[in-house]
Amino acid sequence: MRPEPWRVKRVHKDTRDTFSLELEPENGDPFSFLPGQFNMLYLFGTGEVPISISGDPGQTDAILHTVRRVGVVTDAMGQLRKGHSLGLRGPYGEPWPLDQAENKDIVIVAGGIGLAPLRPALLSIVANRDKYQNIVLLYGARTPDDILYRKDLEKLSAQLDIQVFVTVDRGTANWRGSIGVVPNMIRRAPFDAQNAVAMICGPEIMIHYATKELHRRGLPDEKIFVSMERNMKCGIGLCGHCQFGPYFVCRDGPVFPYSRVEKLLQVREA
Amino acid sequence: MRPDQQGEAIFLLPDEKLAELLSAIKERGYQLIAPILRDAALCFSEIDGASELPQGLRDAQSPGSYRIKQTASPERFAHASGPTSLKRFLYPPRLKLWQTQRKANAMVFEEPADPPPRYAFIGPRPCDLQAVAIQDRVFLRSAHPDNDYRRRRENALFVAVNCLHPSESCFCSSMNSGPSAKSGFDILLTEQIESEELYYLVQTGTDEGLEILNTLKLKPAADSKKRKAATELKQATKKIERKLDPTGIGPALKERLDSPAWDELENRCLACGNCTLACPTCFCSTVEDHTDLAGEIATRDRVWDSCFQQSFSYVAGGPVRSTIKGRYRQWLTHKLSSWSDQFGTLGCVGCGRCITWCPVGIDLVAEANAICTERQSQNPTKTTIGVSP
Ligand SMILES: Cc1cc2nc3c(=O)[nH]c(=O)nc-3n(C[C@H](O)[C@H](O)[C@H](O)COP(=O)(O)OP(=O)(O)OC[C@H]3O[C@@H](n4cnc5c(N)ncnc54)[C@H](O)[C@@H]3O)c2cc1C
Ligand code: SF4
Ligand code: SF4
Ligand code: FES
Repeated sequence: MRPEPWRVKRVHKDTRDTFSLELEPENGDPFSFLPGQFNMLYLFGTGEVPISISGDPGQTDAILHTVRRVGVVTDAMGQLRKGHSLGLRGPYGEPWPLDQAENKDIVIVAGGIGLAPLRPALLSIVANRDKYQNIVLLYGARTPDDILYRKDLEKLSAQLDIQVFVTVDRGTANWRGSIGVVPNMIRRAPFDAQNAVAMICGPEIMIHYATKELHRRGLPDEKIFVSMERNMKCGIGLCGHCQFGPYFVCRDGPVFPYSRVEKLLQVREA
Repeated sequence: MRPDQQGEAIFLLPDEKLAELLSAIKERGYQLIAPILRDAALCFSEIDGASELPQGLRDAQSPGSYRIKQTASPERFAHASGPTSLKRFLYPPRLKLWQTQRKANAMVFEEPADPPPRYAFIGPRPCDLQAVAIQDRVFLRSAHPDNDYRRRRENALFVAVNCLHPSESCFCSSMNSGPSAKSGFDILLTEQIESEELYYLVQTGTDEGLEILNTLKLKPAADSKKRKAATELKQATKKIERKLDPTGIGPALKERLDSPAWDELENRCLACGNCTLACPTCFCSTVEDHTDLAGEIATRDRVWDSCFQQSFSYVAGGPVRSTIKGRYRQWLTHKLSSWSDQFGTLGCVGCGRCITWCPVGIDLVAEANAICTERQSQNPTKTTIGVSP
């Protein structure tokens, strides 16, 4: 339960309420991690929150986290500057099943900050592009200004044979892209449902409609993976806060095969 | 002492020698923790020696009610579990996890270095031992074991007492945890009274227990005494009327998550969390962060939490379980169903504390049975719930 001291190497402002922290350990080297895992980040005297790792798993000189300011700890985290220190423990949790996606099409469905935990998966796919067939990213943001990793996304679609579709809830005057919710893009997304794996991260309501659309396309439950969010205090299966039916989301998730959580997701307040 | 254990080495400890036993334990560096009267209830507290063990106290327990009565009997353990359990000692309500100091813009994290306490529990019941075994699975059989729990646990000594006086709230016989202890003790006592003479039948469960007992030079118990105790333990089992099917309940509850029977708890349960605090196996915790006035030192404490708190499940957009019914269902299904998936055992030992200490007398056995009977009924909306068995 004791964090290690880490230091801010660089801060990027991503959007008006979202920023990324590049972190390096005070002592020793950063650890390696798997896409989809998270760390517990502790801010002096303020608190500790679970935040997914959003950096490149192949690059081990720093650990990247992308954080949206929504409350006490994340707001205070937004004040961190280069050289400031914070506590970190991890990496925790079950990763995205990239091994199960080899030789298959991959559909990545992300809503809002939900793109952050999927970014390491995308980067890992890019680094091993020949292992996979068609790659489709369906991403929804609130407005065009809220689109995360814009440069990354442009590069991915321009150079790396990854089909990126972005939609927003509300457009702006110069937005030419689509407006609407992410699940609506699944209907016409270019993937072969007979040979595909889907990975979803976003609000539960989005997961609900996205899986519906994926089912409609003929993708079976076992080929759909979702990342769940629950209140977390320990991150290691001891505090009980993240319980979801028989699971501890911190330990058995956050990434689950949809087949394991489908029934529970249909129960209110499970 | 189990009815089937008559061949085992069982010794006779006259009540006059109980003080010697406790002194021998204390001399080995243990703090003695036993049930004594505090705030009108029998609570595990530190004692100096056997003279502080109350005599003649009886308890009357039922849903939402606990009463202590003084009798003239010299018995010291003729009662069932009180509101506290060993959880308070092995997994304290508040524990400092670490502190950190801001040093030249870096942080240094330090865990407390105090040696763990050495507790000798005098008088925990068979169900209490089972509860410790369950918490062992939670805290120790983990990829990230709880170090503080491990150290307290390894240091502890258990002088358990078999139950001859189960309360109306008890259902240990259903949960296979009592009223006789099978394991988990260093020393096991069965309190006996025979023509006004108070004595204990004593067994040992560990080498340390045996070592301690050897210092007392006790005589073996006569067969007639063993038979008397075995008979009384059988009678104690028969006295327990509350029944739950420990194998059927888990799967049955899973099928009934949508049962309308849960709705009614929205109005009855106060979401006070008493049940989770009194329960010897409930382990949920949260953390609290504090800084000193100078802002130089920050500490983090782990404190008991309860799934009945609305904030417990808070995420963006609000709590996952905003209704009381949702929180009661989470608690009950965790104790009697999903706990098995997580730890290979149910999270309930049948001690009855949650029943006795619920201010409105909600009875988990009655609730669970009602919800599961409804599963088989033809017309699910017509089932009445909340009736004690
Ligand atoms: C596995 C996992 C990965 C996450 N990854 C990211 C990420 O990469 N980027 C990001 O910006 N956010 C992420 N989150 C959400 C992030 O943890 C919350 O936004 C954060 O805890 C809010 O804390 P706060 O003190 O700023 O907000 P407050 O609203 O002040 O929160 C008070 C407390 O409630 C709890 N809480 C509030 N919101 C959440 C939430 N959404 N999820 C879990 N607990 C919550 C926390 O314990 C927090 O300390 C992740 C959550 C989980 C469970
Ligand atoms: S759930 Fe109730 S009866 Fe079961 S162990 Fe906990 S307090 Fe005792
Ligand atoms: S069941 Fe009883 S003790 Fe538990 S939270 Fe509800 S009212 Fe409180
Ligand atoms: S966060 Fe504590 S058990 Fe999962």
